[in-house]
Amino acid sequence: MKIVVCVKQVPDTSDIKWTENNTMVRDGVESIVNPFDEYAIETALRVKEANPGSTLTAVTMGPPQAKDVLKKAIAMGADDAILISDKKFAGSDTQATSRTLAKAIKEKIGDFDLIVCGQFAIDGDTAQTGPSIAKHLDIPQITYTKEVVNSSDSTLVAKREIEEGMQTIEMQLPGLICMVKCDYEPRRAPIKGVMKANRTEIPEFNMEEIGLEPEQVGIKGSPTYVSKAFRPPIREGGEKITADSPKELAEILLSKLKETKVLVS
Amino acid sequence: MDINSYKGICVVAEATSANKLTGVTWELIGAAKQLSEQLNGEEISVILISGNNDVNPLLKEISEAGAQKCYLAQDDKLAAYSTEYYAKIICDIVNAKKPSIMLFGASTTGRDLAPRISSELNTGLTADCTELGINEKGLLAATRPTFGGNLMATILCKSRPQMATVRPKVLARPEAHSSNNLEIEKINVKLDGVPLRTKILELAKSLSTACVTIEAAEINVSGGRGMKTAENFKILEDLAQALGGAVGASRAAVDAGWRGHCDQVGQTGKTVTPKLYIACGISGAIQHLAGMNASETIVAINKDPDAAIFDIATYGLVGDLFEVVPALTEAIKKEQLTAAI
Ligand SMILES: Cc1cc2nc3c(=O)[nH]c(=O)nc-3n(C[C@H](O)[C@H](O)[C@H](O)COP(=O)(O)OP(=O)(O)OC[C@H]3O[C@@H](n4cnc5c(N)ncnc54)[C@H](O)[C@@H]3O)c2cc1C
Repeated sequence: MKIVVCVKQVPDTSDIKWTENNTMVRDGVESIVNPFDEYAIETALRVKEANPGSTLTAVTMGPPQAKDVLKKAIAMGADDAILISDKKFAGSDTQATSRTLAKAIKEKIGDFDLIVCGQFAIDGDTAQTGPSIAKHLDIPQITYTKEVVNSSDSTLVAKREIEEGMQTIEMQLPGLICMVKCDYEPRRAPIKGVMKANRTEIPEFNMEEIGLEPEQVGIKGSPTYVSKAFRPPIREGGEKITADSPKELAEILLSKLKETKVLVS
Repeated sequence: MDINSYKGICVVAEATSANKLTGVTWELIGAAKQLSEQLNGEEISVILISGNNDVNPLLKEISEAGAQKCYLAQDDKLAAYSTEYYAKIICDIVNAKKPSIMLFGASTTGRDLAPRISSELNTGLTADCTELGINEKGLLAATRPTFGGNLMATILCKSRPQMATVRPKVLARPEAHSSNNLEIEKINVKLDGVPLRTKILELAKSLSTACVTIEAAEINVSGGRGMKTAENFKILEDLAQALGGAVGASRAAVDAGWRGHCDQVGQTGKTVTPKLYIACGISGAIQHLAGMNASETIVAINKDPDAAIFDIATYGLVGDLFEVVPALTEAIKKEQLTAAI
């Protein structure tokens, strides 16, 4: 099988600082592999291992330093990787991003069987890029995938976590899956893998090389734009209650919850 | 694209297995009414896709919620949700009817379907919105949290329809009115030649009932690393049961294997907005708060008086959860307290 995994470099959102005028400080924020993409890499590797002779290519769209996440994918076990990078991509929304990634996969990787994405990126949190890539490539999709149960070069069976429970679904390949957090953890890169990643040349392609026009990418190719960004109102804490005994604590709380009609008898 | 030829607000309905509209469908129709008022009364329509079962209860609800028109697509092939068939039906309706705004629930189905449609129609889609409005130019202003809840962004769209998925249980549910006259337009379902490349093999409901309850529950009792073992969650189960609520967990508790991932509340788990959220032994990391800080009332039980969770809790109880939680359960049972409806 020919497998592709899409990964994204994201700022560590646990580390956000603010300036005095409430704008986000972006400098010095650490970059990490989007956590859901780590599950995507792990799952892609498991599919690869279950189907001997398969290959795994990692792809990202981003600035030159986004090569770091591709190196990580290779260190974990991907065979190779490509970086899609161009200043013209700046300001892309999910529509432009998915168009760009889909075109790059088509032009530079070709006849793939399976594309694996993370369900969300923790910065944008849209969950739209995966399904949109699938549409641009006219292939079926499985979102909210928890586990790949079975795979061959023609079909894949996966478990999906949805509101009603756990759905088992079969998809004809080529197709795309989006991974949520799995019950297994992403593997650590072995030393040998890290060394391989350091040796591997990662080819880089720009807009023209993947065959897109300026109106199809970046701000121009994006139907949506941010008109305003602001810091959310910070929820005010209420009162802190201390008491001599747990029983008393419970009683004080319950009288408050009754008073505010959160609980009734 | 002639933007001016697009008019009206269209909601894509979702039904439960009990043949009722989902809560978020009601909320979307309520939002559509408010948007319509700001757009000189543009039409509020609903798309209902269904198998050949009795849709009358659903149509009644759609009318009661305040929609004026319903596009009804019925076919045996549409009995279960499939991305490819549903996307095709909706794209055909949009191309024919040209609504200016399209709203979906940010459910797993809505988030599976909407991006597929926006890419087919080559238009913009804003994900998981928590606020909708009309700006001074008459455009849909869709506001949503990003960066793990650290930043709010208001997004506008240059093309039509302006699409959004909307987070459940954030917008108000409209009151039901029985006086409406709903106009129903049956859609001629054309699926010949449309590929269906996925097949549902099974739905295991029992396996993960928690996945359902945690988001739907009006009361949520969640435990974190402070619970120390999986067995200790029994005291939270007892409290939740006494209140008719559900049990959730922080990521630390999930990573320790004490609870399943479908119980996880937070940025990489579920977003919950219950009437009452009780956080037990949870420190209050920003990623956890992202999943629960829109709860109406928040109670935190933590032995560390400086825990960050106290900064946002409506009521913060400083104490040992292993003593406070059982005391609370006992008092609730004694007084027979339940959640106010
Ligand atoms: C990318 C990313 C995504 C993440 N997503 C999520 C997410 O979705 N959800 C999530 O929850 N976290 C998430 N996290 C993790 C988050 O940063 C915290 O590590 C996690 O929430 C901590 O869980 P906790 O509060 O249970 O544990 P801790 O931070 O260890 O807190 C335990 C608390 O229990 C208290 N305690 C201990 N014993 C007792 C006792 N006997 N009685 C009373 N109190 C007691 C302690 O005082 C302490 O405050 C994410 C992190 C990253 C980097």
